Amino acid sequence: MRHLLSVGDLGVDGIDEVLKLTDSFVEVSERAIPKVPALRGKTVVSLFYEDSTRTRLSFETAAKRLSADTMNFTVGSSSVKKGESLRDTVQTIEAMGVDAIVIRHGSAGAPWQVAGWAEAAVVNAGDGWHEHPTQALLDCYTIRQHLGTLAGRRIAIVGDVKHSRVARSDVLAFTALGAEVTLVAPPTLLPPSLEGWPVEVSHDLDEILPKIDVAYLLRMQRERMTEALLPSLREYTACFGLTRRRAALLGADAIVMHPGPMNRGVEIAADVADLPNAVIVDQVRNGVAVRMAVLFLLLGAGNDLGGNERG
Amino acid sequence: MADPMGLIIRGGTVVDAHGERRADVAVGPDGRIAAVGSELDARAVHLDGVGELDALGCLVVPGLVDLHTHLREPGREEAETIETGSRAAARGGFTAVVAMPNTEPAIDSAGVVRQVLDAGRSAGLCDVHTSGAITVGREGTQLAPMAEMAALGVHLFTDDGRGVQDDRLMRRALEYASGLGVTLAQHCEVESLSHGGHMHEGEWSSRLGIPGIPAEAEELMITRDLSLARLTGGRVHFQHLSTAGAVELVRQAKASGLPVTAEATPHHLVLTHADVASYDPVFKVNPPLRTAADVAALRVGVADGTIDAIATDHAPHTQETKEQPFDEAPCGMLGLETALALVLTELDLTPGEVVALMSTRPAAIAGIADTHGGPVAEGRPANLCVIDSDATWVVDPYRSASRSRNNPYAGRSLTGRVRHTVLWGEPVVLDGEETR
Repeated sequence: MRHLLSVGDLGVDGIDEVLKLTDSFVEVSERAIPKVPALRGKTVVSLFYEDSTRTRLSFETAAKRLSADTMNFTVGSSSVKKGESLRDTVQTIEAMGVDAIVIRHGSAGAPWQVAGWAEAAVVNAGDGWHEHPTQALLDCYTIRQHLGTLAGRRIAIVGDVKHSRVARSDVLAFTALGAEVTLVAPPTLLPPSLEGWPVEVSHDLDEILPKIDVAYLLRMQRERMTEALLPSLREYTACFGLTRRRAALLGADAIVMHPGPMNRGVEIAADVADLPNAVIVDQVRNGVAVRMAVLFLLLGAGNDLGGNERG
Repeated sequence: MADPMGLIIRGGTVVDAHGERRADVAVGPDGRIAAVGSELDARAVHLDGVGELDALGCLVVPGLVDLHTHLREPGREEAETIETGSRAAARGGFTAVVAMPNTEPAIDSAGVVRQVLDAGRSAGLCDVHTSGAITVGREGTQLAPMAEMAALGVHLFTDDGRGVQDDRLMRRALEYASGLGVTLAQHCEVESLSHGGHMHEGEWSSRLGIPGIPAEAEELMITRDLSLARLTGGRVHFQHLSTAGAVELVRQAKASGLPVTAEATPHHLVLTHADVASYDPVFKVNPPLRTAADVAALRVGVADGTIDAIATDHAPHTQETKEQPFDEAPCGMLGLETALALVLTELDLTPGEVVALMSTRPAAIAGIADTHGGPVAEGRPANLCVIDSDATWVVDPYRSASRSRNNPYAGRSLTGRVRHTVLWGEPVVLDGEETR
């Protein structure tokens, strides 16, 4: 693996490999000193063109637990206006000598462009509405952790699929691993075409909830109101929010997931987020181990995963 | 070059609206065709010391006419100048182009029109005509002084790059234009539907997570303009049709007797939205690349005459701007040097149909049929193109006369190449190279 751009590039075997390796890093993360020297001497830079404290911290923590050096090139949307092109920025960073570039960008496809210019390994940490491969990997890991397998599991992805990179990567990964995916949303929040997507579609959450093993709720963004996609957040919650009443429709073993950050009271009721079958905190925890696995696979080939610091 | 002494284009097959025939073409020192016939003798046609252009095995056609060229000057000279754009045009076999008005400042007054025409004349590589903006600054709020531009020979008016959004303003523009005998060329895009989009809305935009532009953004404006053309009697030319629905609307309008015309670009006839999967902004263009079904419908439209002309929408952009992320990169791709070869390679057309689509009909739409578009006949201006229709070549963006490199056909093998271009009797391109 040279870059991680789309979770679809990994294939079933690639996803399996990452998830297996994640097991070892979960174990590392549980140690008193959760750190291995696997990537000592390697440098990982995060290049974020969009604010994302969570994903950036998760990648940085992962890199640090592997003993890599980390750099942070935060391009707030305001400082982008300095005018340096993406290509020049990438060349500047590479000139400093980096081994991996973790990039988040508001434009779909930007990581592909960067991968075309960079010597370093490129990890897509979210590009526009397109993909967020490590989120899909941590979601798969979390589902396996709780349900044993994805094969044959029924997963509903609920909410703003149209604008969601999480949904696009999850659909690819979940279906690759044999899950049956249903997208549940009003038509305005679905992609204009679902040709080639191996999914079912529903506009009726109540009808779907009793049949599923995983309710995956997407974040509802307020700016969608101004784009005439929804009449109001209130109406969205009434139709598609996982309220307490709706949560009771779920089967006993079904789990509730969310990529965060949550809008409590919008897509998920405040108390539902804290129910025992809500595994949202596990997703965050697993995110670090999954990202350790990804960075290790990209940068650590040949390195040994030994637990002890060696000279 | 010294004063042209005249020349004989020898051994080719002449193709124009009158058909195909093996004939030599003699050009006099006045830049006009002196004779067309088999095995012409210089003395017999009263030309002394003439040069000869070898056209053996080649097609000799009226010079190509491009209805839709972005020359970028004034304002964006780092991407193209009138000189470099004219050079690309000549190399592509064009003897006339119509410059689009989305320059900085916009071509919306007699002063800018004069500047563009003067620069075109001094480049001297092809006849540079210009369109004029319909509205001041192409802002869609106030009519531009069309009469003063028409007085300088401007025949097509367009806000290209944008369509005229306001219904009432478009109505008035059509009424006003009809009094001047000029044509409004519309870039059909309802912006409230296309807003924020960067590619065709459909299967690929959904998969790639790129905001889409629905086909209906184009079709709605065509529908409106057809209504307004009926209301006003104004003449409308539809630019760069890209959807099956658009072709059908124009087909029906023509059947009902409306005097509308339409063009399509080579890229909309060859490329599809699947090409965007590379995320290479070289494939970002407006209107966007559409589906294979749209491409097929456009080809039918070309074959059945619904589409009158193939126009390049040659749109140079610097490497820096085209290397931006897809959402941020500007729209447009080069076209002048590849248009003819793409049409010959990809479309199933006779040489006569190609001449009609790329020379005769666009010359009529541009209002320059007196000087361009043929026929290849005694007394006509010698604006000609000699095509080696069997020559195969590979597109290399770095071997371009354009100042820009945003060529989506890099590496593609094409058959059919411009050998010579003759402008007013002067060979401006000889064996594929400009003479000046």
